[in-house]
Amino acid sequence: MAPIGTIHYLVVAAALFILGVIGVLTRRNVVIVLMSIELILNAVNLNLVAFSRLWGLHGQVFAVFVITDAAAEAAVGLGILIAFFRNKETVNVDEVNLMKW
Amino acid sequence: MQPVATTFFFYMLSGLAILGGVLVITRKNAVHSALALILSLLALAGLYLMLYAPFVAGVQIILYAGGIMVLFLFVIMLVNLERSQKEEQFNQQWIAGLLAAAALGALFIAIYVKGQKLFPQRILQMPEESNTQQVAVLLYGNYMFSFEIASLLLLVAIIGAVVMAKKRI
Repeated sequence: MAPIGTIHYLVVAAALFILGVIGVLTRRNVVIVLMSIELILNAVNLNLVAFSRLWGLHGQVFAVFVITDAAAEAAVGLGILIAFFRNKETVNVDEVNLMKW
Repeated sequence: MQPVATTFFFYMLSGLAILGGVLVITRKNAVHSALALILSLLALAGLYLMLYAPFVAGVQIILYAGGIMVLFLFVIMLVNLERSQKEEQFNQQWIAGLLAAAALGALFIAIYVKGQKLFPQRILQMPEESNTQQVAVLLYGNYMFSFEIASLLLLVAIIGAVVMAKKRI
């Protein structure tokens, strides 16, 4: 079997990214959509860390910044979810249709 | 220190990460999804360790698996999900969504096939003993300004979350 190189990690990251995209585009539950966004961010983080093995530590620093952003996004997104649930008594994304044409 | 059984651990951890991802997007119960996501995040932390990034692995476990996922679980308990479990789980545009994801996958495969030759093969050996120190030097040196901006972003996120979740503003 071939030794594990950077390309193996990139393939895993691409698979996780696609899983996250499928979750965002097809699920109705807002909580699971937010979790899929976390999955996408983690796929990007894996890419950054895998490339930091080749090009120095800057990728790891950037991964830490991405984790910070993910925390901020999760906090605000879940706050919006609570406000939405209080108004509409539902957690389905397709019932947020006030601005639909 | 020379790594042992790299191939085995790589395939085990990436298999766990992808299994967790599949479970996240297929489970009906949001709590099960959250637990599967924790599995995926822990497997990714193991992959970071294999990439000689112990600091990022620690941050992943403490912040993601310990912080963000607890936030998720709290919100799942606050929000009544009993009813939504009996409803349809996938939205009406799920075919279009799957097609878009398939197009993205085709793009990734095309990049993999075309770019495999161009890909650098060298592996930089990094001293894992001082990883945290080196990350800190970069974080407080080159990226000082970004670090301060990140703290400001977190402050804004705290205020935003409190304002959003408050009953009456």
